[in-house]
Amino acid sequence: MSGARTDLERAGAASSDEAPLLEVRDLVARYPVRRGIVGALTRAPRRFVRAVDGVSFSLRAGEMLALVGESGCGKTTTAHTILRLVDPVSGAIALDGRDITRLSQRRLQPLRRRMQMIYQDPYESLDPRFRVRQAIEEPMLIHGVGGNRSGRRWRIAEALARVELTPPEMYVERFPHELSGGQRQRVAIAASLVLDPDLLVADEPVSMLDVSVRAGVLKLLDRLRGVGTLGVLMITHDLSTAAHFANRIAVMYLGRIVEEGPAREVIRNPQHPYTKALLSVVPKRDPRDRSNPEILTGEPPNPTDVPPGCRFHPRCPVAQDRCRTIDPELRPAGSSGHRAACVLVGH
Amino acid sequence: MSLLEVRDLHVWFDLSDGGQLHAVQGLSFDVDTGERIGLVGESGCGKTTTVLAILGLLPPSASVAGDVRFEGESILSGGEETVQSRRWKDIAMVFQGAMNALNPVKTVEAQIIEPMELHGTAEGAAARKIAGELLEMVGIPAVAGSRYPHEFSGGMRQRAALAMALACGPKVLLADEPTTALDVMVQAQILQVLTGLARDLGLALVLVTHDLPVVAQVCERAAVMYAGEIVEVGAMEELFHAPCHPYTRLLFAATPDLYGEEDVASIPGAPPRLDREIVGCPFRERCDRAFDRCGRERPGLLPLGDGRAAACHLNDEPVDAGFRSR
Repeated sequence: MSGARTDLERAGAASSDEAPLLEVRDLVARYPVRRGIVGALTRAPRRFVRAVDGVSFSLRAGEMLALVGESGCGKTTTAHTILRLVDPVSGAIALDGRDITRLSQRRLQPLRRRMQMIYQDPYESLDPRFRVRQAIEEPMLIHGVGGNRSGRRWRIAEALARVELTPPEMYVERFPHELSGGQRQRVAIAASLVLDPDLLVADEPVSMLDVSVRAGVLKLLDRLRGVGTLGVLMITHDLSTAAHFANRIAVMYLGRIVEEGPAREVIRNPQHPYTKALLSVVPKRDPRDRSNPEILTGEPPNPTDVPPGCRFHPRCPVAQDRCRTIDPELRPAGSSGHRAACVLVGH
Repeated sequence: MSLLEVRDLHVWFDLSDGGQLHAVQGLSFDVDTGERIGLVGESGCGKTTTVLAILGLLPPSASVAGDVRFEGESILSGGEETVQSRRWKDIAMVFQGAMNALNPVKTVEAQIIEPMELHGTAEGAAARKIAGELLEMVGIPAVAGSRYPHEFSGGMRQRAALAMALACGPKVLLADEPTTALDVMVQAQILQVLTGLARDLGLALVLVTHDLPVVAQVCERAAVMYAGEIVEVGAMEELFHAPCHPYTRLLFAATPDLYGEEDVASIPGAPPRLDREIVGCPFRERCDRAFDRCGRERPGLLPLGDGRAAACHLNDEPVDAGFRSR
């Protein structure tokens, strides 16, 4: 069952020996900050937003990794860089052991069908003039897969069945406006599944949907992952969703992963002070469970101006003097596979 | 008599095809001084329309029936004339995108003073003093009032909008998804401010949101809305621990909890169309406990004692079928 979250199952997904589906090492991506006319004339130094600033993680087939964090922490840029929609400044991205960091767009093209993305807003991501059939057929035409017309038609029906829009005949001729939000997101998922991808990047896949249909879409992603051949990288700001559906969670702060590990461990036994604070402010469903949120003070993080030392130290409730100078790396913390980037961890 | 009483409120919107959309279908609820009540439901359930109707802010394509009473006095009966004197002075509102609705060329302080001067509650130095106090109250240093909205972060702008809503000392604050576009950390700050204001100023808070955990953490009571009506109202704890309407139960079950172990369920189907008459219970097609009567008869909001009410036939069926037996 999708909601089942036994530790064994999760550990099993992470303990295989083969090369990970996706491996990201020390990834850095930045955007130039516009200097404006005055800045350009006075030759002010070019400044950069360090959106992704040394991110490393791996994702196995059959696994769902949730990248969580607040807006501006770099989680979406990380995803865009992995898909090579943004060019990395440094670092490495490997898909199935093959380095794709510097591949030209032409050589990347055949790999694109193996890496698909689902966007937040199914109202925006589907072309309103395309029938469901066309929306799912288009990627096959672009990538030249699916064979002839009847072959493609068969794959459209199969993709719709996989996203549980059955019977497919009922949906193929519809336009997006004739579908509910949840159905639209399923069509968007079908349009990426039709290419048989190995990696699915889902950027806030349910945040625009009504609460009552969110679980359906998340369980669908969970089942697709559970088959074992697909790895899902889910980007979300919603820790509760990550806690329920991801195998592992990576928490980002100012362009870095500050904690990463099995979902249950990160939620129940957080090691990094930022993760602890973030978890404390998530509203609980039970009105009797009104815990004291640990609200962080100080300026919200600004990626154009990353503090020296530990990037979290200006807002950290337990910061020490050395945190101003030491930029901590991810180190093993707690149980196996659990790591955190804090000088207080592992001692 | 409650501070704010909404009685049998109906709202219809004229559709371009000549039809009508019955967005709010006979809503009644009370809000007491200092009380924090949630209006919860999914998109299209009529929660925003309800609060806009209370303030007389609906577009001309809407027609409204029913009564809204503030301190016993009907405020909608006289049209714009009677509601205008109440708006902002007695009942104020914060919108979801309020932080993006501030005037970019005016200082934050000037924008808080504006409604005071408009309603004649304060002016000059007195108004500036109040503006400073309000900013402090929402956690912004008073001196920051001389800054412009673009110099504020999103959370600060939303709090400035909150200070603006409080400018004329209202007794009721309607907050429509006040934290929806914000990060959890900023959300926590705003919710803390809202809770504090209700406690310290005796402000009645009507929190409109789709987010059950937010209501669970802030409100004492909540009304769950579905298809333009209230399907259950009661103390937040009761709604969570002993729901009397299947929709309330399923909505909680569809909401993942950080530490919850149980399966997160989705509710199959979609809400009924509101541009045609609803026969029977509006929730029956998505309900896991519907029976023959639900198709024939629309359940009314039945009082169940302790300020509790629910619109579900299960509550007056024989004990073995009812909710109370479970």
